[in-house]
Amino acid sequence: MKKAVLVLFIASFNLTIQAQHLFSTKTGQVLFNASSPVEKIAAANNQTDSKMVDKTGQIVFNVLIKSFKFENQLMEDHFNENYLESSKYPKAEFKGFITNITTVDFSKNGKYPVTVEGNLTIHGVTQKITGSGFITINSGKPAVNGTFKIKIKEYGISGL
Amino acid sequence: MNYPLKRILFFLFCIFFTALHICAQDIDLFKMQDEQNKKDDKEKTDIVTATFKTTRLINGQSIENVGRGIMDVKISHRFGTLNSGAYNFFGLDQGTMRIGVDYGITDRLMVGIGRSSFNKEFDGFAKYKLLRQSTGKRNVPVSISYAVTGIWQSLKDPATTYPIHYTDHFFFAHQLIIARKFNDYFSLQLVPTLVHYNIVPLASSPNDYYSLGIGFRQRISKRVNITGEYYYQFNKITGYYNSLSLGFDIETGGHVFQLQFTNSPGINEKTFITQTDGQWQGGNIHFGFNIARVFTIVKPKVLANTKW
Repeated sequence: MKKAVLVLFIASFNLTIQAQHLFSTKTGQVLFNASSPVEKIAAANNQTDSKMVDKTGQIVFNVLIKSFKFENQLMEDHFNENYLESSKYPKAEFKGFITNITTVDFSKNGKYPVTVEGNLTIHGVTQKITGSGFITINSGKPAVNGTFKIKIKEYGISGL
Repeated sequence: MNYPLKRILFFLFCIFFTALHICAQDIDLFKMQDEQNKKDDKEKTDIVTATFKTTRLINGQSIENVGRGIMDVKISHRFGTLNSGAYNFFGLDQGTMRIGVDYGITDRLMVGIGRSSFNKEFDGFAKYKLLRQSTGKRNVPVSISYAVTGIWQSLKDPATTYPIHYTDHFFFAHQLIIARKFNDYFSLQLVPTLVHYNIVPLASSPNDYYSLGIGFRQRISKRVNITGEYYYQFNKITGYYNSLSLGFDIETGGHVFQLQFTNSPGINEKTFITQTDGQWQGGNIHFGFNIARVFTIVKPKVLANTKW
């Protein structure tokens, strides 16, 4: 697998509580792509559990490593067994804040660029990361899209 | 599909949060996440995967299936025996092979066909996962699969004093595969087997042959595993021995490459279990390899709708 892994994060939220609004989903999507010119190494996980608070911009999501689906099942086995060691580290999670949440008007439809900062835990290793993306508001319902670029080496993933 | 259930869960969730909100002004998602994780861990059932590296241990079936929509092309080759001398280049001059195609119909059911040069045999099999080893909320200690193989021998019949019917060329093997992955490093399986001959060499020979296979996998590095397979026969045809094989599984991205030493020249269930004609003691050992390459025929649903 290549050094850089790209994590994409898409989620649609819906749950409201009093003055602060908590948005959550259990069907967010995380994709990653670590393809090399020789082989496509990419997978999708459609069972991402995510929550976000509008006032503070606090955002979390977590995924089960075993729920990542590959086109090649053998590759999926190797991913779980040799790279992510999912029996030892079953989950990956992100805890962070959208730093410019105040620029997002939740009552107005539109696409707002945002930056996100926080801690990403993969393979039992936590690293501080920043990413960028956008929030799309559609009749009060936000959807968040973003990408992170990470080096798997920094998370102690080697595969050998 | 299970939308009503989801709604109920959602509702409970909502109540929980409203209550929390009254005492605490601000929501802390990090704390919530940690609590949620703890709860999930208790509720979660984790199905064990990759007990063995591929669908064949060495000669015989392993507990593994190919996934739904995956085609697996397998080429297996056994050279001649090591004791055949320098003139035969220690067996490398000769060889038997099997070429086969396996396909996963569902994640639990796979089928396959193959052709072996040994006795000019065609075979077809189906393997179904009855039980899957899991940990967590639902704790299942072992995986169990059932495999059935039909073999048609197309070798021309020798001259006989009795008539041979076309059904006499059929053989069947039934196997129950019981496996456990103890950890990432070690797996073990037991395979009670019945091989049925429609015709046997002697009128006094039985048609059914019972055996018990035992196989293991021991990881020595993330890419290399040592494997072993032994079939003990409770009753056997005179002149044949129990099959013992030792090998290596070497993994690369889309392949598993298997190298092995075995005293069985044949590669399907009938031939390697009941028609192994040599013993390790005498140096009747065949060097061999299995090559597999998987192809995705039907993409998983999750990926089919994904835009990269």
